[in-house]
Amino acid sequence: MSTRLANGGRLVNRDRAVSFSFNGKQMRGFEGDTLASALLAGDQMLVGRSFKYHRPRGIVASGAEEPNGLVNLGSGDMFEPNARVTTTEVFDGLQAGSQNHWPSLEFDVGAVNAKLSRFLPAGFYYKMFIHPRPLWKHVYEPFIRQSAGLGKAPKDRDGERYEHFYAHVDLLIIGGGIAGLVAAKAAIGSGLRVLVVEQTAAWGGRAPVDGAEIDGMPADQWVAQTVAELDAAENIEMRTRLMGAGVYDHGYVLGYERIGDHQPGASLPKHRLWRIRAGHVLTATGAIERPLSFAGNDVPGVMLASAVRDYAVNFGVSAGDRTVVVTNNDDAYRTALVMKEAGLDVPAIIDARDGGAGALGAEAEAAGIRVLKGKGIAKVKGGKRVTGVATCAMAGEGTPQEEIACDVVAMSGGWSPVVHLWSHCGGKLLWDEHHAFFRPDPERAPTGAAGEAFVSVAGSANGAMALANVVVDAAAQGVAAVKAAGGKAAKVAVKAEAEDMAAMAPVWMMPQGAKYELRTKMWLDYQNDVKVSDVQLAAQEGFESVEHTKRYTTLGMATDQGKLSNINGLAILSDALNQPIPQTGTTTFRPPYTPISMGAIAGEARDTIFQPLRKTPMHEWHDAHGAHWEPVGHWRRAYCFQQPGESVEDAVQREVKNTREKLGLLDASTLGKLIVKGPDAGKFLDMLYTNMMSTLKVGRCRYGLMCSENGFLMDDGVVARLSEDTFLCHTTSGGADHIHAHMEEWLQTEWWDWKVWVVNATEQYAQVAVVGPKARKVLQKLGGLDVSRDALPFMGWAEGEIAGIPARAFRISFSGELSYEIAVPANYGQAFWDKLIEAGEEFGVMPYGTEALHIMRAEKGFIMIGDETDGTVIPQDLELNWAISKKKEDFIGKRGQERVHMTDPDRWKLVGLKTVDGSVLPDGAYAVSEGSNANGQRNVIGRVTSTYHSPTLDRGIAMGLVKHGPDRMGERLEFPKVDGTSVHAEICDPVFFDREGEKQDV
Amino acid sequence: MLTLNCPYCGIAADETELSPGGQAHLKRFGPGSSEDEFEGYLFMRENPRGVHFERWRHSNGCGKWFHAARCTSTLEVFGTYSAQTVEPPAELRKTISEKRPGWSWGEFS
Repeated sequence: MSTRLANGGRLVNRDRAVSFSFNGKQMRGFEGDTLASALLAGDQMLVGRSFKYHRPRGIVASGAEEPNGLVNLGSGDMFEPNARVTTTEVFDGLQAGSQNHWPSLEFDVGAVNAKLSRFLPAGFYYKMFIHPRPLWKHVYEPFIRQSAGLGKAPKDRDGERYEHFYAHVDLLIIGGGIAGLVAAKAAIGSGLRVLVVEQTAAWGGRAPVDGAEIDGMPADQWVAQTVAELDAAENIEMRTRLMGAGVYDHGYVLGYERIGDHQPGASLPKHRLWRIRAGHVLTATGAIERPLSFAGNDVPGVMLASAVRDYAVNFGVSAGDRTVVVTNNDDAYRTALVMKEAGLDVPAIIDARDGGAGALGAEAEAAGIRVLKGKGIAKVKGGKRVTGVATCAMAGEGTPQEEIACDVVAMSGGWSPVVHLWSHCGGKLLWDEHHAFFRPDPERAPTGAAGEAFVSVAGSANGAMALANVVVDAAAQGVAAVKAAGGKAAKVAVKAEAEDMAAMAPVWMMPQGAKYELRTKMWLDYQNDVKVSDVQLAAQEGFESVEHTKRYTTLGMATDQGKLSNINGLAILSDALNQPIPQTGTTTFRPPYTPISMGAIAGEARDTIFQPLRKTPMHEWHDAHGAHWEPVGHWRRAYCFQQPGESVEDAVQREVKNTREKLGLLDASTLGKLIVKGPDAGKFLDMLYTNMMSTLKVGRCRYGLMCSENGFLMDDGVVARLSEDTFLCHTTSGGADHIHAHMEEWLQTEWWDWKVWVVNATEQYAQVAVVGPKARKVLQKLGGLDVSRDALPFMGWAEGEIAGIPARAFRISFSGELSYEIAVPANYGQAFWDKLIEAGEEFGVMPYGTEALHIMRAEKGFIMIGDETDGTVIPQDLELNWAISKKKEDFIGKRGQERVHMTDPDRWKLVGLKTVDGSVLPDGAYAVSEGSNANGQRNVIGRVTSTYHSPTLDRGIAMGLVKHGPDRMGERLEFPKVDGTSVHAEICDPVFFDREGEKQDV
Repeated sequence: MLTLNCPYCGIAADETELSPGGQAHLKRFGPGSSEDEFEGYLFMRENPRGVHFERWRHSNGCGKWFHAARCTSTLEVFGTYSAQTVEPPAELRKTISEKRPGWSWGEFS
C-alpha cells in the first residue's frame, strides 16, 4: 500500500494539515501536497478508468505528463473536469471525483470491453461500424457518443473569474529548474527586461530530488540562494505557477498562470493568460521520463521511477512497501536508493543492460539491493494493484524465470527532452543515437522577424542529461540568449561534479522478442488504451506515416498528448516498418503544452464586456418604452415597441398600420453615414456605385448600389450631394464600417492620386424617420425648416432648424409613405425625439421598430441587403438594371457582371410570391420542380428571400428568387415544408402596395 | 502572431492591430479585359514557400494600408513599404536578393 512516511517531504508543510474529499471519502493531506501525493498518502492508487477498455488506472507520473489521474474538481458553478491530480495543489475543502467509470471506480461495467479487447483492435471503429449503414445512425453512433469523451462538461455558468495579462520582455526564460536558473544568472545586470517562469509552485526542478550538489552545496540550498539573487536583480521578474503554454510567431508566447486554483475564496482570478512578446525565448523545460513496454505495464502500481522518487522526496509519500525497479539507464537506480533509505523494501533492480550501471550500480549493491542484469519483466501480476512481477531474459520471447512479490514497479525507459515549445513555431529536431531521444537541432531554430533564431534551449531540454553537463550547457545558453536579446551577459560559473554513469540502452519492447500474447498487454497510451500490438497492426495495414498511425490508433491523442507514449510508439512503428526512427519522425507538437482552461482563453471577455455594445442616443428612451431588442451588428435596435399585454407579433402589426394610416417614428441613427469629400469625390463615387453619382445635383438624393469587384451586390443606400465636392453616403446599419474600409482600401491602394477624403460620421448624427400621412403636419407644427412639397420635394434634402434644433431633412422613403429622414447632431437626438413624440400626440404618433420597417419595405418590393442578397446575387438578379449605369465605362463590379455565368438567362430573378391560401411562406423555403438530381433530391427552381404577414393586405407576402421568374407571372410554385406538406404560391409583381408610388410623393 | 513595422506610424505593430489583405501588387483589370486577364486578377494568387509580398492594413492603428515582404516558411520579414506603389522598392529587392539569392515572385526578382 502507499502511505505517508514518517519523515521527509521537502515541499510539504507537516504543520498545516488540510482535508479534502475524493469520491465523497474524506481524506487528509498537507499544505504543499499535490492531489496526487495526498491521494497516495491515503492509499488511493486507483484514480480512474481507461477510455476504451475501462481498465483500472493508477497514478503513473508526478507532473504534467500524467495520463491517468484526471478528476472532476468542485461542484456547481465551480465544477472543473479533467484536472490533472499531479498538477493540482491540494487545499482545505477540495472536492475531487474520478471520471470515466460506471457505476463506480471500484466496479466498472465497461471493463467487459477489456475481455473483448481481441475484437477491439486498432481502427476498430472504422472497421466495425461501417456496415450495415443504417445501424451507424441508430445504434453505433448513439452508443459511441454515450461512451465518448472524458469527464463531464460543466452544466452551470463558470463562477470563476479569469483575466489576460500583457507583457513585453527582452528575454523570457521558461523553466525554473537548475538550467533555467543558471541561464537567468547570465541576465543579472544585463539591462534587459527578463521574465523567468516556472510551471510548478517550486523552483529547482529535479536536481534537489536527485540529491545533487551544486557549487559544493546541496541543490536545495543552491536553488534558494540563486532564486534570492535573481529576485534581487531589478531587471528580472520571477514567477512560479506560470506555464509556458505555446510559442508563436515573432516571439509571441502564451503563458498560463494558476493564481486562484490552490487558494479558493481568496477572490483572485482563477487563471491568468499571459500574452507575452519576447525578444528572445530560452526554454529550459527539462525532460520527461519514458515508460517501458512490458506486459501489464498499465496495472496500478506501475509508475515512472522518477515519480516514485518524487513522491518520496518531495512529499514524504511512499508509493508502496516493496518497489521493484526496472530500467535501461542509471538514473532509476536513484529511486531504488531513495526507497531503501526510507526503510522500504527494494527486492530487485531489473536492468535490461547486460553491463548494468556505473557508480550508482555499485552503490545499490552496497546498500544490499539485488541487481538483475540483462533481464526484463515478462509480466506484471495483479489487477487493481501490482502484486508482483515475473522476470525474464531480455533476449528471447519472455519465458518467465522468477516471480518477485512487490506492490510498486518503478520503471524507466530513459528520458525525452521536452522539445514542445521549441517545436511549436517551427524548430526542428535531431535524433540523438547515444541517448535515444530527439533534441533540438540548433541549426534549425524557429526564426523571428529579422531571420534570427528567437528560441534557444538549455539543460536537459537541450539533451544535456547529467547535472554536470546541464550547468555547463545552461551557462553557455544563458550567455548566448542574453546576447541574442541585445544585452551584456554576466559571467556564469556554476559547477557540479560529473558522475560515473553507464550509457543507457534503448529498450522499446521488453523482452526484445516478446510474443504476441505479451505485446497485446503492453500499453503505450494509458488513457486511450493503445498497445504495442495496435501500432504494429496499423503498420501492417499500411499506415506508414506517423501522423496516420496516430489517428488510426489514437496513440497520443489523449489529454496528455503523447507526452509519455510518443517516442515509444514511434520506435515500435519504426521497428515494424523496418526503418530508422528519424525517418519515421515525430508527430507535430502543437500548443498548448498542456490543456489550458477555456476560461483563461476568454479572459474578461464575457457578459456585458464580451464586446462593446453600440447604443443610439435614444436607446434609453426605447428601453423605457417597451423596446424588444434585436442585435444589428454591434448595435441594439428596437425590433418593436410592445405595449402592456401585447405580443411581439401584435405590436409589429399595430406599428405598420399606425405608420401607414397616421404617423410612425423610426430611430434610424444606426444607418451608416459616410462623408466623401474632395475634388475627385464624384469620380470616386462613380467607381463605387453602379449608377452615376457625379451628375447628382446639390440638394438632391439618389439611391445607389455598391458591388464587389466580382459583381456581387454588397450594400445599398441613399447618397445626398451636400455641396459641389461633398457627398453623404448612407449605408446599411451593419455595413457602415466595412463600406468605410472598402472606400479607404480603393483610395489608398488603387486610386491613391485621387483627391478624396472619407470620414465615417455615423455616430455624429441621430437620425429619425418621420413616416406616414401626418409626417409633414407634425414637422410643420414643430416649425422652422420649410418641409412643403415645393420647398422639399421627393428625393430632395434641405438644411435648417426644426423646433430650434439644427437639422438636415432628407425626403426619402423606405416605406412607401410620405417620409422625412431627419438627421440632428447626436447630442440633440433625444431632445428631438421627445419633441416629435409630444407634437405628434394629436396625430397618433407611435414609434416603430425594425420589423415594421422590414414589412413596409417588403410591401413596396424594396430589397434588403442580407435578405435578397447573400453574396452570390448581382443587381441584375434583383431587377435593378435601372440603377446600373450603361454610360459609365467602368465601376467596381462591372467587369465581373459581364462574366458568362452572370449573364446567364437561367439565373434566378426576383419576383413577388403570394400564397394561394394567404398563409406566410416559410423563410428560406425552396420551390421544387419535376424530377430529381443525381443525389435523389428534388430539383429546385427558386427560393424565398423575404416573407411576412402583411397587415396592410392581411395576407402572407413574400419575395423570392425564381428561375425565369419575371417571365412566369401568375404561375404557381410548390414549396415543400419541413413537416412534409407543401405550400403553393403564385408568382407576382414584387411591389404589393401602391405600385405607382403615389403615397410617398405627396 | 506576426509583428510588422507600419511604415506610416513607424511602430512595430502586433498582428492584433493589423488586418491581412492578401497578395500585393495585383494589377486591376476592368471592363474590356479578357476572361483570362480578369480571372488572373480576381482569383489567381501566388502561394509561395519563401519570398512573398502581401498587403496589410494597420486597421487598429493609423488605418493605413501598406505592403510587407516576408518569407512564408521562416516568417522573416524583409521589409514593409507604402501600398502606393506598383512594385517593391529597389532597395528592398536588393535586401531580399542578399538573403534569398535567386528569388523570384510574379514578375519581380
